[in-house]
Amino acid sequence: MSSVYEQIGGEAAVDAAVDIFYRHVLGDNRISRFFEGVDMETQAQKQKAFLTMAFGGPHNYTGKDMREGHAHLVKQGLNDSHFDAVAENLAKTLKELNVPQNLIDEVMTIAESTREDVLGR
Amino acid sequence: MPAITYEDNSYALGEGESVLDCLAREGHDIPSSCRSGVCHSCMLRATSGELPPAAQKGLKDAHRAQGYFLSCCCHPEGDLTVTRADDATQKVAARVLRKETLNDRVLRVVLETDKPLEYFPGQFVNFARPGGLVRSFSLASVPALGNELEFHVALVLGGSMSGWLHHEAAPGDPLELLGPLGNCFYVSGNPEQPLFMLGTGTGLAPLYGILRDALNQGHRGPIHLFHGALLASDLYLTESLRDLDGKHENFTYHASVRDEPGEDWMEQGAVDTLALKTAPDLKGWKVFLCGNPDLVKQVQRKTFMAGANMKDIHADAFLPAGGG
Repeated sequence: MSSVYEQIGGEAAVDAAVDIFYRHVLGDNRISRFFEGVDMETQAQKQKAFLTMAFGGPHNYTGKDMREGHAHLVKQGLNDSHFDAVAENLAKTLKELNVPQNLIDEVMTIAESTREDVLGR
Repeated sequence: MPAITYEDNSYALGEGESVLDCLAREGHDIPSSCRSGVCHSCMLRATSGELPPAAQKGLKDAHRAQGYFLSCCCHPEGDLTVTRADDATQKVAARVLRKETLNDRVLRVVLETDKPLEYFPGQFVNFARPGGLVRSFSLASVPALGNELEFHVALVLGGSMSGWLHHEAAPGDPLELLGPLGNCFYVSGNPEQPLFMLGTGTGLAPLYGILRDALNQGHRGPIHLFHGALLASDLYLTESLRDLDGKHENFTYHASVRDEPGEDWMEQGAVDTLALKTAPDLKGWKVFLCGNPDLVKQVQRKTFMAGANMKDIHADAFLPAGGG
């Protein structure tokens, strides 16, 4: 059985998804304020790393990285509702790319597993 | 085994080693993070040798064209000479050849170099004067002009370099050039792609270089250049650009003025609003943004939201120099 990452299409799938996902996130009024003043190229690179991880691909993300990377946002009020909004945008992106539902479910499970670290709990 | 040359030392690449592994083993502190080609923090630049395609996957065309690569994913088959990504590779002696007034505040400065500078129009170089003064200026010329390099220099209040260039510099005065640097330039290979170019002030300089480069290389897709100013007198090169507009069917020059009606052929309004009204759907477009840093950042976001891919947006924010 090949990994989710392989089934979903590997790096090419990440490349296809990253701009669509980032555009959804920036266009979402519930969360766009967290991206104000952020360097877009650096952020796009981070989105790519996040998607690679969520797709079950090769990555070096640790829970500690997730915590440290979001700590300043938690101080600004990042909470479950924002995490849910990002997850929603991720699912929407995958649907647009016609990813089969069973794979979307697996990706969402991986994304969900980062919730406590992202929110610093 | 291929040899990796870095800072004048050569190392034999071990079995299965990446360039990053090899340099780290030899005690070089190359920044790295994901080690899987995603984070780009280990990017280096090859100055000679052949790069495997996997080492440049996911990079911007502009980076690829200059030999940048991801050292964690680089397993070369032959020898490579590499440098840090931020090392300026050329140092060229130059002299002031002539100065021309473009408008009340902007001067065209043409420099002549002793030996040819290899560059892409739209990149920038650092001017260095005796005494340690260094400032960055964008290349408005095209390589076809040989050793003559063109720059547009706005007079900055209290600016040491711009003040010297405007008031004192005379033909024959020496300068040292370091560079070229930057990723805001035309890359051939997609001649049908529509191009969106937007600039304010001397942000026109790189765009003027990129535009002429694209036209010289036979670009066939539509090209829109938006130059925005507060007052009509802040615009410059209007005759040359209207002339190019007349000569090339695929090129449209849009001059806009925000705070007054301007001349008949100009548009009035904010340049970004007008530009996005002209080209509301930027899916598949290549975007070049140069000039005022706040505007460049805003338009970067707006053009991305309008459908341009991140990889196709080249933003060159002109940051003010620290301390005069």
